[in-house]
Amino acid sequence: MSAATTELWPYLLLILVGFLPNEIWRVLGLVLARGLSEDSEIVVWSRAVATAILAGVIAKLILFSVGALAAIPLALRVSAAACGFLAFLARRSVFAGVLAGEGVLLLGSFLFAH
Amino acid sequence: MKSALTSVFVLVLAGTYIGMGALAQDYGFSSWWLALSSVLVWAAPAQVILLSSLGLGTPPVEAAIAVCLSAIRLFPMVVALLPLLRSPQTRTRDLLLPTHLTAVSMWVESLRLLPAMPREQRTAFCNGLAVGYMGTAVTFGFVGYYLAAGLPPLFAGALLFLTPLSFLFSTTRNAQAMIDRLALLFGLIIGPLLVYWQLGLDLLWTGVVGGSLAYGIHRLREAVR
Repeated sequence: MSAATTELWPYLLLILVGFLPNEIWRVLGLVLARGLSEDSEIVVWSRAVATAILAGVIAKLILFSVGALAAIPLALRVSAAACGFLAFLARRSVFAGVLAGEGVLLLGSFLFAH
Repeated sequence: MKSALTSVFVLVLAGTYIGMGALAQDYGFSSWWLALSSVLVWAAPAQVILLSSLGLGTPPVEAAIAVCLSAIRLFPMVVALLPLLRSPQTRTRDLLLPTHLTAVSMWVESLRLLPAMPREQRTAFCNGLAVGYMGTAVTFGFVGYYLAAGLPPLFAGALLFLTPLSFLFSTTRNAQAMIDRLALLFGLIIGPLLVYWQLGLDLLWTGVVGGSLAYGIHRLREAVR
């Protein structure tokens, strides 16, 4: 490989592996949404499907973590999320929930390690 | 833009992208590559998959499939968002930018705030909000990249935990109608089961099954009323 291709290769990968497979769903959404009104049944259904997928993504990120998060025990990740959720409900604040969840995660990991 | 800067998502995005910067540094990507990926991909879960799979030497085709599967949610999200933005004067090309900028942070806040807003201001609002978020993400991606050496692994893990936590609470906050609550609940239950059973296309099925169940129950209730 020449120097130029070696340098450009990561950017080519970014387009082919990152951008295109991701963007295709947005473009499909744009195509399907043409002419739909916000209270049409397809839009109501789409919103439910989007919410369910999002919930699936959330559960997956917590239960089947990748990267640095995978090093933190599963039981701790789940308890931290549960504590965060209780704090969120109690205060009706996303910020309070995130803070509590992160607090339990950090404290728990610290206690486990020592 | 102001709504963007005062929202909890700014803090969450800052933290998440510090983690993302550290991840990019770990796997030997350049900081500009990361910045470009934030602008072009603009979806944190897909970016984590992209970084970690390419970084670990996964074959590009396999990595592309993993990214593609993680991004399915963007399709129904765009379908649910664009009708809120469109007015009789809207041309399709006016919707290209909000389409690309659609991501969980912007979507959740838009669905919450748009209905109270005059229709002709909505597109500008969405674009401003998302560009504010994206600027935050790009900036803190650089911060994380250059801090990476000093970032303990536990802290890096805690930063990656921001995404599921903030997604969970903000979606729950938005789920006022019963159909949204049911969809959220079904997704949380069905998603992990399908991953566990290794059925493949787990997110697609989670959405179709969980979302349709919620929609069906919603229709039944409407009919009974």
